[in-house]
Amino acid sequence: MTSTSYHSPPLVHYLYTFILVWILWYAFTTSLDPAELIVGAVIAAVISFITVRYFECCDPILLAPQHLLYFIQYFFVFLGALIKANFDVARRVINPKLPINPGIVKFESKLNNRFAKMVLANSITLTPGTLTVDVKGSTFYIHWIDVKGGDPETAYKEIAEPFERILLKIYG
Amino acid sequence: MTAIVINIALMLIGTAAFIGLLRFVKGPTAADRAVASDTLSVIGIAGLVLLAYVFRRYIYTDLALVYAVLGFIGIIVIARFIERAL
Amino acid sequence: METVLLILHYAGLFLILLGSVFLFLGALGIYRMPDLYNRLQAGTKASTLGAMSTILGVGLIQPSWFIKLFIIVIFIALANPLSSHALARASYKAGVKPIITSDTDEYAAVADEAGKPKTEKNTQTL
Repeated sequence: MTSTSYHSPPLVHYLYTFILVWILWYAFTTSLDPAELIVGAVIAAVISFITVRYFECCDPILLAPQHLLYFIQYFFVFLGALIKANFDVARRVINPKLPINPGIVKFESKLNNRFAKMVLANSITLTPGTLTVDVKGSTFYIHWIDVKGGDPETAYKEIAEPFERILLKIYG
Repeated sequence: MTAIVINIALMLIGTAAFIGLLRFVKGPTAADRAVASDTLSVIGIAGLVLLAYVFRRYIYTDLALVYAVLGFIGIIVIARFIERAL
Repeated sequence: METVLLILHYAGLFLILLGSVFLFLGALGIYRMPDLYNRLQAGTKASTLGAMSTILGVGLIQPSWFIKLFIIVIFIALANPLSSHALARASYKAGVKPIITSDTDEYAAVADEAGKPKTEKNTQTL
């Protein structure tokens, strides 16, 4: 897929798995007791040792300060879209006539990074009237509850642009 | 005030679970049932957390977390199963 | 300190009420929508925000529980769209046809190309 997956050392993959499992351990115990943390670290190390060969998705990058700002911006854009999506669903569900006009559209994404594509797909699912059905390469197939235009350009403008603009600044 | 709001919320969640259950019974395909059970599990998690507050039992939130993880894994497994054409 | 806790308390109650209303609407959407994909749309969005808002509301009322509840919220926000995406793709490949009223179904060609065996069998009830 991307060239970075061949060059990045496996150590980084160990590290990501280890951190993820350790955070999960903390989520289950929620105590900062040193004994708990040490046991968690040992178990996380063992699990990351066993499962690191399944680490094949998502090349997350280490964050630089300006990326953090973009992530915060992304978060607020996403939160606004999520709240709008819920009022949209409420409007459609309460209406006795069920105003829907569904169809499946596709568009090409400009993103290369697999992690970024996953974030985009998840965001699209939670934004008004759209649901990611499949991602093949960089083609996104979207179930759209109220189709405003079948061609890929309209779909791209209406669905993906506000998110992808920010993601391209981070991963582009 | 607090008790009234919590009661209304519990009633709404209970009704939501019941309506979801109706869809689960109606189907008509296995995939429809999987969709209903996915939504039901999320409604159940919210209900568990609310009940944890009502009974002041911190341990119930552990249940909610475990249920969230297991429900997610279960839905993924069911989806793989459906995808291989049953 | 007291007033801060009181404000948090009322904010939490508001979030709980809002969240349970959305959960109810999500379940109503699951029941009323005509086909699987529209049901997924309504169910996923409404139940995600509904559960997140309810759980955060409890976290605001009980600040000592906040960390664990916040972890549950993050997990739901990450896992719920993933599971709905998996279900949508799986049921399309298994032959559950969407209701299309707008004449655009770009995915049909892809699903056909991938080869879906036994389509007739899978659309029937179990």
